[in-house]
Amino acid sequence: MKVDYTNVKPYGDTMNDGAVQLSFTLPVPAGEEAKEAARQLVKKMGLDEPSVVYMADLGIDFAYFIVYGKCTHTVDYSAIEVPKVVTKKMSREEINEFVKEKIGRKITVVAACTGTDAHTVGIDAIMNMKGYNGEFGLERYPEFNAYNLGSQVLNEELIAKAKEVNADAILVSQIVTQKNVHIKNLTNLVELLEAEGMRDKVILICGGPRISHELAVELGYDAGFGPGTLAPDVAAFIAMEIAKREGKL
Amino acid sequence: MQHKLNLDLEMVDKARNTAKEIAESIQDHINTHTTTTIERTVARLLGIDGVDAADVPLPNVVVDQVLKGGELSRGIAYWICNAMLYYNYSAQEVAEEVGKGNINLLEIPAQDPAEVKKLIDELAVKMADHIKGRRMERERFIKELSLNVRPHIYVIVATGNIYEDVIQAKAAVKNGADIIAVIRSTGQSLLDYVPYGPTTEGFGGTFATQENFRIMRKALDEVGQEVGRYIQLCNYCSGLCMPEIAAMGAMERLDMMLNDAMYGILFRDINMERTFVDQHFSRMINSYAGIIINTGEDNYLTTADAYEAAHTVLTSQFINEQLALISGLPEEQMGLGHAFEMDPDIENGFLYELAQAQLCREIFPKAPLKYMPPTKYMTGNIFKGHIMNAMFNMVSIMTNQGIQLLGMLTEAIHTPHLHDRFLNIQNAQYVFNNARNLGDEINFKEGGIIQRRAQETLEKSYAMLEEVKEIGLMEAIEQGLFADVKRPRKGGKGMEGVVKRSEDYYNPFYEIFLNRGEDR
Repeated sequence: MKVDYTNVKPYGDTMNDGAVQLSFTLPVPAGEEAKEAARQLVKKMGLDEPSVVYMADLGIDFAYFIVYGKCTHTVDYSAIEVPKVVTKKMSREEINEFVKEKIGRKITVVAACTGTDAHTVGIDAIMNMKGYNGEFGLERYPEFNAYNLGSQVLNEELIAKAKEVNADAILVSQIVTQKNVHIKNLTNLVELLEAEGMRDKVILICGGPRISHELAVELGYDAGFGPGTLAPDVAAFIAMEIAKREGKL
Repeated sequence: MQHKLNLDLEMVDKARNTAKEIAESIQDHINTHTTTTIERTVARLLGIDGVDAADVPLPNVVVDQVLKGGELSRGIAYWICNAMLYYNYSAQEVAEEVGKGNINLLEIPAQDPAEVKKLIDELAVKMADHIKGRRMERERFIKELSLNVRPHIYVIVATGNIYEDVIQAKAAVKNGADIIAVIRSTGQSLLDYVPYGPTTEGFGGTFATQENFRIMRKALDEVGQEVGRYIQLCNYCSGLCMPEIAAMGAMERLDMMLNDAMYGILFRDINMERTFVDQHFSRMINSYAGIIINTGEDNYLTTADAYEAAHTVLTSQFINEQLALISGLPEEQMGLGHAFEMDPDIENGFLYELAQAQLCREIFPKAPLKYMPPTKYMTGNIFKGHIMNAMFNMVSIMTNQGIQLLGMLTEAIHTPHLHDRFLNIQNAQYVFNNARNLGDEINFKEGGIIQRRAQETLEKSYAMLEEVKEIGLMEAIEQGLFADVKRPRKGGKGMEGVVKRSEDYYNPFYEIFLNRGEDR
């Protein structure tokens, strides 16, 4: 069966059936009128034959729905281009070898969860000895000096540390995204680095569940890493970028 | 309680004794020091509240004045009551005048020391009676309404706006929640003051303020009446204002407080000399107010591998238990923490989780154990996450946990939406009801995977406790024995707020909370 990449729509069990599942709450009491409201709303979203398969009373005159529908829209998959961090996949050993041979000195990385963010799960996965999912973090890379400053670090402290250890790269993790607080934090760091005249001297990277490379670049970062990123992804990017900047590729 | 793990009970006793020695080893430090937040707590308990023209909380205003004058070592109670006698003011009036810059507490002529002490004691007893009244009020509510059988369903609201939190909390209660925790705005733990008044702006949570406590308490009492259950309210008694939050919670009839002896040191880089003194006093307050504490052992598992670090959880539980006992906290109020955080890809991971949960149950039989859900391995795949939460609920009902912090299927994505809580409460209710007595029907195979795992964890924990005792608790933290972080004794936040007590130090609440504990 040939898929038409210029007109793609969701697949349930038949090509182009457009099957989509949704769940949401409406601030109205559960009942037949609520069901009809959900149906109409889903229709307005561009889904045909909306079918409310479940409704529950959430107790405060709000109703929860699970709804299926058939999407009427299509997208042109063949025309899509997404900016991505382009790096060769390398293993931990390959990266260390690369740094030793091409760069000829240790790479210093400073990392932190900045602002009021206390969630270190992401930065720990990249930095800590133990790493994540079987991939050791940068602390275990012999060719890297890795400093994980932990959580709730002020941007000013992060910059001070980067200066102190003469960092090649700064890693910032942002998990809390309520009211876009991560955007403010990330933007503030870029501004401070620029004010210090340091922005061009470091590789600036951010990461987190709601971070994309596109967003990162837009905010003035060199790269952004989203969910599923492991230490070698970040390490390889830093190593290649330094080699590129220092003309050592 | 049925013993199923064939544990070496002698080793359990030895481990407990070692933990006791560890806890006692820091009591000299605790008994000879006070902190700014403890003195602010005393100010609050003597009746001071509110803020000055610059929005600085009045408890901070009075304590800072005395601290700057170098006289906090005597305790704030003396200075407040000395001024009260001289001016014939209430404590609140004294604080307001200090806030306006009209009074310097250190420049007021010294009144008859016996009269000052008498006044301090009168005010202290009055507050103790008030707190006792709130405790009795809780007992009355529970008798009139009811409490569900444990595990109690604990959910979090975190909108940042207390009024929005109320809506979410009421919905959760109608869906079946027993405990509502209002998570704090990120970063509040590092504020060296408690914000004032109702708040509608917060990040990742809502500021803990006394007014917010009051608003939520009232809402939960109302919805509790509607559903015929007493609804427990939980907040976070950690960070730089541990005892102040405890006091506010005691005054506003909170039922539960996150309150760990070492969490702030290890995970928030708060100075250890400060934290150890603060946790001691805060737990006395919680104890007297009938508040169940929740300890934070789950954090040992999110920062390290849960399979490998399992014994560190037990070690911390032992230490938390002994430190709490020194504060007079009964075992029935010790919600010792642990978590379901092993990598879901581990073969037989469920068995190891079961072993850990049963181990906690058997070693701390009276404690309403606080069980934390999977977070580290939760992904955007909400459907798998929902199943992981069901497995977590299954372990809980099989091992008779006390407080079930429900996992959210959207854990890795956002703070819970209204229906996320509904779905997860349904999940828990289904599993709890469907497997209610499964634990009673099951014994574990002699020498099998579960029994071996539990014994091994106990052995490692005992060895670790011995090592900590050998080195000393503060030294062990300095050397990074806990959670792989090293914290210097004189480092971290809040060190400047630790003050050595003088000979004439007086804080009436130590004695009242400890000795009047019996009439609880």
